[in-house]
Amino acid sequence: MMLWRGIWALLAVAALVLAVLLPEGWMWPAKEMQLPMARWISAGMKWLTDSAAIGPVSFKDLTRGFAAVVEAPYEAARVLLVDGITEGKGRRAATIVPPLSWVAVTVAAVALGHYARDLMLGLLAGALMIYLAVFGQWESAMVTLASIVIAVPMGVAGGLALGIAGWRWKPVERVLMPLLDLMQTIPTFAYLVPVLVLFGFGPVAALLATVIYAMPPMVRVTLVALRAVPAEIMDFAAMAGCTPGQRMRKVMLPVALPDLMVGVNQVIMLSLNMVIIASMIGAGGLGADVLESLRRLNIGGGIEAGLAITALAVVLDRLGQALAERAGGRQALQGPWWRRHPRLVLVLAVALATGLLGLVLPAVQDWPKGWTVTTKGFWSGLMEWINVNYFDQLETFRVWMLEHLMLPVKRFFFALPWPFVLAVLALAGWRLGGWRLSALAAALCLFVAVTGLWEQAMMTLYLCGISVLVAMAIGVPLGIWAASSPSAGRGIGGVVDTLQTLPSFVYLIPVVMLFRVGDFSAMVAVVLFALVPAVKYTAHGLRSVPAELIEAGVVSGATRGQILRKIRLPMAVPMILLGLNQTILLALSMLVITALVGTRDLGQEVYIALTKADVGRGLVAGLSIAAIAILADRLIGAAAKGARERLEGAG
Amino acid sequence: MTPPVKLACRHVWKVYGPHPERLAAAGADLDAIRASGHVGAVRDVSLEVGEGEIFVIMGLSGSGKSTLVRCLSRLVEPTSGEILYDGEDLLKASPARMIEIRRHRMGMVFQNFALLPHLTVLENVAFPLEVQGLAREAREARAREVVALVGLQGRERHFPRQLSGGQQQRVGIARSLAVEPDLWFLDEPFSALDPLIRREMQDEFLRIQRQLKKTIVFITHDFDEAIRLADRIAIMKDGALVQVASPEDLVLAPADDYVRAFTAHVARAKVVTLGRIAAAGVPEGIAGTLPAAARVEDVAEQVVAANAPFAVERDGQAVGHVTPAAVIAVLVGRGG
Ligand SMILES: Nc1ncnc2c1ncn2[C@@H]1O[C@H](COP(=O)(O)OP(=O)(O)OP(=O)(O)O)[C@@H](O)[C@H]1O
Ligand SMILES: [Mg+2]
Repeated sequence: MMLWRGIWALLAVAALVLAVLLPEGWMWPAKEMQLPMARWISAGMKWLTDSAAIGPVSFKDLTRGFAAVVEAPYEAARVLLVDGITEGKGRRAATIVPPLSWVAVTVAAVALGHYARDLMLGLLAGALMIYLAVFGQWESAMVTLASIVIAVPMGVAGGLALGIAGWRWKPVERVLMPLLDLMQTIPTFAYLVPVLVLFGFGPVAALLATVIYAMPPMVRVTLVALRAVPAEIMDFAAMAGCTPGQRMRKVMLPVALPDLMVGVNQVIMLSLNMVIIASMIGAGGLGADVLESLRRLNIGGGIEAGLAITALAVVLDRLGQALAERAGGRQALQGPWWRRHPRLVLVLAVALATGLLGLVLPAVQDWPKGWTVTTKGFWSGLMEWINVNYFDQLETFRVWMLEHLMLPVKRFFFALPWPFVLAVLALAGWRLGGWRLSALAAALCLFVAVTGLWEQAMMTLYLCGISVLVAMAIGVPLGIWAASSPSAGRGIGGVVDTLQTLPSFVYLIPVVMLFRVGDFSAMVAVVLFALVPAVKYTAHGLRSVPAELIEAGVVSGATRGQILRKIRLPMAVPMILLGLNQTILLALSMLVITALVGTRDLGQEVYIALTKADVGRGLVAGLSIAAIAILADRLIGAAAKGARERLEGAG
Repeated sequence: MTPPVKLACRHVWKVYGPHPERLAAAGADLDAIRASGHVGAVRDVSLEVGEGEIFVIMGLSGSGKSTLVRCLSRLVEPTSGEILYDGEDLLKASPARMIEIRRHRMGMVFQNFALLPHLTVLENVAFPLEVQGLAREAREARAREVVALVGLQGRERHFPRQLSGGQQQRVGIARSLAVEPDLWFLDEPFSALDPLIRREMQDEFLRIQRQLKKTIVFITHDFDEAIRLADRIAIMKDGALVQVASPEDLVLAPADDYVRAFTAHVARAKVVTLGRIAAAGVPEGIAGTLPAAARVEDVAEQVVAANAPFAVERDGQAVGHVTPAAVIAVLVGRGG
C-alpha cells in the first residue's frame, strides 16, 4: 500500500516536472509510426460502394433497398403530419388532401396521454401541442415528430429481433455484446459519417442513423428481459406443449413486456436526441432550426426551437414512462373493436371532421398565423441586455478561468511524452485490474498514437478532464445536498431529471449566447450536460448507506459533519466512482457536439469529416474517442469494483 | 391386485457439472461426485407409479425432488437412465413427439403458480388448448368447465394479480387439467400458501382426484401433507431414494435414522390403519363394520363413542375386529 502510494506520488511529480520543462508537443508520436488508417477505411468504403456485390446484387442496390424500406413509412408519416397529399412540385404544388389538422393532432396527443396514464397526462400532452402551435414551431415539430414516429418502431423492432436472436443463439450474443459496448461509446456524430456516405444527405439517411443509434439499449433490454422470465413460466410453456415460436410469441414476450417497455422509453429518448443531431445530415425539423440559429448566431430563433425541443422531450419522456408502467395492466374489454378502442374512434372522427371542416374554415386546419406569438425579440433583447450590462463580468470570468485553469491543464496534457502516458495507463491498468486491463489500456493508447490524432486526442483529454473536474466539483456537493433532506432531494431530482431528457444540442444555445464560441463555451456546455450522473450517483450512494452504520455513528457521538465525512462519504465511494464514470462518458459524447462551437479536438475532426463526407477520417476519429471512453470506463469500473470489494471485505 | 404401471423410471441420473456423463456412468457415490466439483441432483433413482395412484415425493430442500420430477416430465434432460410412460421411453422421443405427449397426456402444477400475468383466468386456463390450435369457442367452453370444477365460477375475467394465492393456484390446477391429462405432476403446489388455505386446497385436491382418478406425482416437503394425500411416499436424500412405502409403513418401519427423523413427530393415529391393529375373529355384539384401510384418527371418535368392538373388512370380507382399547392405545401413541 505504502509502496504504491509512493510510486503514484513519484509519477505525479514526474508528470508535473515534465509538463513544466518540456515544450508542448515535444514527444508526440512520430510521423513514421502513424498508420494511414483513414485512407484504408475510405478505400474499403469506396470499394464497398463501387464494386462490392453478392452475386448479381451490388452493395449499392442493397443500400438503396434499405433506404427504400425506411423511406416509404417515413413518407407516409410526413404525408400525415406535414405535407398532406399534393400534386405538382415546389411552390406551385396544390394540396389535394391536407395533413392532419392541428386540432386532430392535439386530440390524438390528449388521447394518447389518457390511454397511457390519465387525463392529466393527456392534458399535458395536449398543452405541448398548443404550445408548439402558439410559438410558431408547429411545422418543424411535426417534421421531427414524423421522424420519431417512424424511427421508434423501427428501433424497437430491430432491437427486439437482435435481442431475441442473441437470447436464442449464444454465438450471436457473443458477437453482439462487445459490439453494443463499442456502439454506446462511439459518439453520435461518428454514426453520421458512414451513413452519410452510404445513403447520401437527406431525411432517410438521418432516419437510418437515428435507428442505428437508438437500437443498442433495446437489444440489451430485450436480452435481459427474456432472461428474467421466471424459470417456472418457461417450464410451464414446455409442459403446455408450446413450439419454440409459440413460447416466444405467446409466453415470453408478453411476460417480459413491462421490462421491454423500459427499453422502448430509452429508444424514444435516444431517437429524439439523434433526430436533432442528425439535422446535420438533413433530418430537418427542430434540430435544423437550432443548427441554423447556431450558425447564424440567431439567439431568439435558437432559444425558441430549443425550448420546443425541451418541451417535446419532457412530454415524450412522460408518455414513454407512463406506457412502460402501464404495460401488464391490461383490462379486459368486451364488444366490437370500436367499443374496445373508444379513444381511437374519437381521434379518427375528429381527424375526419376537422379535415372536412378545414376546407371551409382554415383556422381548424392550420393554426392561424395571427395567433402565433414570437419570443425572438424578447430573447434577443434579454441577451443584449445581459451583454450590455454584464459583459465585463462575464468576460472577466471567462478569461480568468481560461488563464488560471484551462490553459495550464492544456499545457500539462500537451507536454506529456506519449511513452510516458502509455506507461502510466498500463501501470494503472495493471494495478486496478491485472495484466488483461493493463494490456487493454496499452493497446488502446497505442491505437490513438498510431492514428496520427495525438494532438486532438490530448485536446479531447484536456477538455474532457477539466469539464469532468468542474462537473464533479459542482455535482458531488449538489448530490450531498440532495441526500441531506427529502425536500432538497425532490427539488434537485426534478431539475436533474429534466436536464437528462434534453437532447445534447440544446445545451449549446445559452452557452454560445453568453460566452460566444471557444473552449470555455465548450466546457460550460459539457459541464451542464455531464452534471446529471455526478449528482444522481452521489445522492444515491449516500442514501444507500445502511441505517445501522449511521446509527452506530450517532450513538458514538459523531456530529453530522463527522458522520458525512467518516461514514457516509467513504461508504458511497464506489457509487460516486460509477457516477464519475458516467460523467466521463457523457462528457465525451457532448464534447463531440461542441465541435459546433469551434473546439479543436477529436470531435472537430469528426465534424470536419462529416462536412467532407470523409468516412475514414470520421471513423478513425470516432474510434479514437471510443478508445478514450472505453479506457476511462474500464479503469474507473475496475477502481469502483476494487473500492466495493475493500468495503465489503472490511464490513 | 396392484394396478398396472403408468410411469416408471430406471436408474435415472442427473449430475450437474463439467463432466456429468462420466460420473453417472461410473455410478459414483456422493463423496466422489462432490469432490470432483459436481452436483448429484438425482442419483440412480428407479421407481414405478401405478395407474390412479397418488405418489408423493418428499425430502429436505435441495434433496432433488424438483429435479427428479423435471426429469420424469423431461423438462430437465437426465444424464442417463430410462423413463417409461405407458411403456414408451420418453428419453428417446423426438421434440415433436414430446410436444405431442405434453399437449395431451401430461399436466403440471407449479409452486409459484406460473400463471401468465397478461391473460385472464379464462385465457390462462384455455392457454394449453390455444397452443394446440383449438378454436376459441371450443377452448373457452372447456376452460369454463374446469374453472367451475375448481370453484372459480364468476372470476373468469379476472387477472391473476386480482386473485389471492389460493385462488391463483386453483387457476393453476384448472389449467393443468384443461387438456385432460392422464399423468399429473404437482411440484409443491401448496407450499406458497398459508396453512389454513393449504388445508382447504388439500381437501379440494382430494375431491378432484376422487372425481378424475389421475395418476399423480406430488412433491412436498410437508410430511403432514404427504400422509394426508399419499398412497405411497418416496423419501429422497441427496438425490437418492431412501425408502418408498405407504405412510403407515414409513412411520412404523422407517428404513433408517433419516426417515425416522422425518416421521418421529407424526401422530400415529394419522397413519395407522384399522387393518394393522385388527385382532383375529369377529366377537359378539359388534357396533358396526369399518374398512381395513380407514385410518385410526378418522374413526376413533366413532369407535370410542360406541364403546364396543367394530368388525373390520377388506374388499367385503371380514378380516378381524378392533376394540376401543386398541384404538385408544394408538391415539396415545403406544399401539400399532
Ligand atoms: N441447473 C442447475 N445447475 C446446478 N445445480 C443444480 C441445478 N438445478 C438444481 N441444482 C442442484 O440440484 C440439487 C437438487 O435441487 P432441486 O431443486 O431438485 O431440490 P428440491 O428438492 O426441489 O429442493 P426445494 O425443496 O428447495 O425445491 C440442489 O443441490 C441444487 O442446487
Ligand atoms: Mg423444488
